[in-house]
Amino acid sequence: MAGTAPKAGKEGGTGYRGIVGPLLLPTWVMVGVFMVIPVLLMAVYSFLTKEFRGGVIWDFTLAAYDQFFLSRGLFGDEPPRIEWTYISIFWRSIWQAALATLVCLIVGFPTAWFIATRPARSRAVWLFLITVPYWVNLLIRTVSLKFLIRDNGPLNESLMSIGLIDGPLPLVNTNLAVQLGLFYSYLPFMVLPIYAAVERYNFALSEAAADLYASRWVTLWEIVLPIVKPGIIAGCILVFVPSLGAFLAPDLLGGAKTFMIGSLIDEQFRGSQGNWPFGAAAAMILMTLVMIVLLAYARAQAKSEAR
Amino acid sequence: MSTAIDIRNVVKRYGLTTALHGISLTIADNEFFTLLGPSGCGKTTLLRCIAGFEDVSEGDIQLFGQNIAGLEPNQRPVNTVFQQYALFPHMSVVDNVAFGLKMKGVGPEDRRRRAGKMLEMVHLSAFADRMPAQLSGGQQQRVALARALAPEPKVLLLDEPLSALDLKLRQAMRVELKSLQEETGITFIFVTHDQEEALTMSDRIAVMSQGHVQQVGTARDIYEAPVNRFVADFIGETNLLDVTVESVSGGQARVILPGGHVILCPTTGDGLGRHLVSIRPERLSIVADGDLDVLVERVVYLGTDLQLLTRLPGGEEFHVRLQNSARTQPPAPGNRVSLHLEEGAARLLSD
Repeated sequence: MAGTAPKAGKEGGTGYRGIVGPLLLPTWVMVGVFMVIPVLLMAVYSFLTKEFRGGVIWDFTLAAYDQFFLSRGLFGDEPPRIEWTYISIFWRSIWQAALATLVCLIVGFPTAWFIATRPARSRAVWLFLITVPYWVNLLIRTVSLKFLIRDNGPLNESLMSIGLIDGPLPLVNTNLAVQLGLFYSYLPFMVLPIYAAVERYNFALSEAAADLYASRWVTLWEIVLPIVKPGIIAGCILVFVPSLGAFLAPDLLGGAKTFMIGSLIDEQFRGSQGNWPFGAAAAMILMTLVMIVLLAYARAQAKSEAR
Repeated sequence: MSTAIDIRNVVKRYGLTTALHGISLTIADNEFFTLLGPSGCGKTTLLRCIAGFEDVSEGDIQLFGQNIAGLEPNQRPVNTVFQQYALFPHMSVVDNVAFGLKMKGVGPEDRRRRAGKMLEMVHLSAFADRMPAQLSGGQQQRVALARALAPEPKVLLLDEPLSALDLKLRQAMRVELKSLQEETGITFIFVTHDQEEALTMSDRIAVMSQGHVQQVGTARDIYEAPVNRFVADFIGETNLLDVTVESVSGGQARVILPGGHVILCPTTGDGLGRHLVSIRPERLSIVADGDLDVLVERVVYLGTDLQLLTRLPGGEEFHVRLQNSARTQPPAPGNRVSLHLEEGAARLLSD
C-alpha cells in the first residue's frame, strides 16, 4: 500500500519529495483507523476482565489466556493442566483450512490454466463467469448451499430418484459440508492469482523444454510450476487465511463436531453468554498464527528473490 | 554427402488458410541452410514443423532417413534456438545449458562439465552461475545457442536468433555462428528475413514467399541468377523493367527496354514478347558512349556508395549505384549520362 509512493518519489527526483508526505496522509489515516486502532483495542480487551452481560471491566488480568490454554478443574481450585478444548478447535480449524486450500489448489490450478490459455477475447468472459456468484451475499450463498445438500434437498432427492442411493446421504452438519462451504466460498481467491501468473507465463519456455527432451510432466514440474509459484502461494494464502477464521460455513453447514475458531470467536461477542476478553484473546492467538504463516512466506519470498 | 533432412511435399493448413503449399527441400549433412523470406512467408512454420511444434497436414519429413512426422518435439534429435531465446528464468546459465543433457539422463558431473565446455565455446564461462536476467541480450543469445548445442543435436534449428540484437552485435554473431557451424559439423537450418544475414552465412538459401519455395541455391545463384520477379526484388536492390523480347538466337535475347534502348540478355528459353528484366544497379558504370542513356534526377550520398536516381527515356525510374572513391565524379542532377551494362547485369525473368 504505502510502498508505491516512495518509489514514485525516487523516480521523480527532488521535485516530488515535498508532496509525497501529504499524499500519504489518507493511507496512514486508513491504516490507523481501520487496522492499528482495532487491533490495539482487541489486544487491550484480551487482558481485561469480563462483564457478565457482555462488555468488559477495566481490571487487567491474564484470565482470558489462562482460560484458553489451561484448565483448573470445575471450581478453579485444582493445579493447572493443559486445556485441550480450544487448542483442538484451533487444530481442527487449521486442518480444515489447509484441506480447503489443497482442494482449491487442485481445482483452481487447472481452471486458471484453462482460462489463461483461451484466446484473449474469451478470457474476459471466463473470468466474469468465475466472479458472477460473488455478487450475491456470502450468507445467502451459504444458506442456499445448505438447502442444496440437506436430506430432502435437490441433491439427495435426485440421487434417490435415479436409484443411486436408498436413503438421503447425511451431508449437512459434517466436515464434508464445511469443506464444501469453504471450497465454494474461496475458490476464486485461488483461481485469480494463479490466472494472473499463468497469463504472464511465456509458453515458448514450454516449447523450449519440449525441444530439450522434457516430457509434459517434467515440463510442468521443472519449468511451469517454479515460474508460476508466486501466484500459487498468493492463492494459497488468500484461501488459507480466511478459511482459518471462517464462521459462516462452519456455523451454517457444520454441527457441534465441526466447530471452528471463527464460530468460537463469533460466539463470545453474541448476547449475554459472551465473554469479550476471551473472544479477544482467541482472536489475538488466531492473528498471531496467521502472522507467522505470512512472515514465513515473506521470508521465503525474500530468500528466492535474493538468489 | 548424406542427406540430413528430406522434406517431401509438406503442406500445412490452419483451418481455411494454407501456410505451406507442398514444400520439398533436401538439406545435406553439415550444411548451413537458410530459409529466407518476408514475414508471413511460411519460413518459421516450416521450421516449427521440423522441430515438431506443428503437425504437418500432408507430406512427411525425414531426418537421416527416419520419418519424424509422428514424433513429439521431445522425441526429435533436433534442437532449437528461439527468437526471444526462451531461457528458463529461474535457472542459472549453466543449468539452462545443462537442461537438455539432464533430460537425456546424463549424470550431474558429466553434464556440468559438458555445459561448461559449451559455455567456453560461446565465451561465457565467467557467467555460468548468473541468472539469465543478469545478462545482456547478446549474452542471452549465446546462452540460448549453447543450450541448444549442448545435447549435440543432429540438426540445429535457428529461428531469427539475431533479430533482437543491434547491428554491430549482429554482424559479429554472423561470423561466430558460421565458425561454430564449421567447428561442430552440425547441420544448421537458419530462418531469417534479413537477406544480408542469409547471403553472408549460408551454404545454400531457400527463398520463400506465400508458402512456396521460390528458389533454392547458393548466395551467388540467387543474387546473380534470380528465377523470378519475387527473388530478384527481394534479394538486393534491382531495377525491374517490363520489356519486349524481339528475337532469340544463340542463347542471347534481343530485348527492347521501355524508352527504346535495345540490350542483349542471356536466356535459356526462346519465348518472345513481353517479359521482365532485372538490372542490378551496381553493375552499371558511366561511360562516354554506353548501352543506354538516362536523365539524372538526384544523387544520394550513402557513404560507401553513391546512388543515382535517374529516368530512362521512356520515363521509367532507374537506379544506379557507383562506388564512392576519390575518382568518382558524380554527375549533376539534370544531366544526361550514358551507362554501360556489365556482363550479366541484365537478367531475363520467367515472370
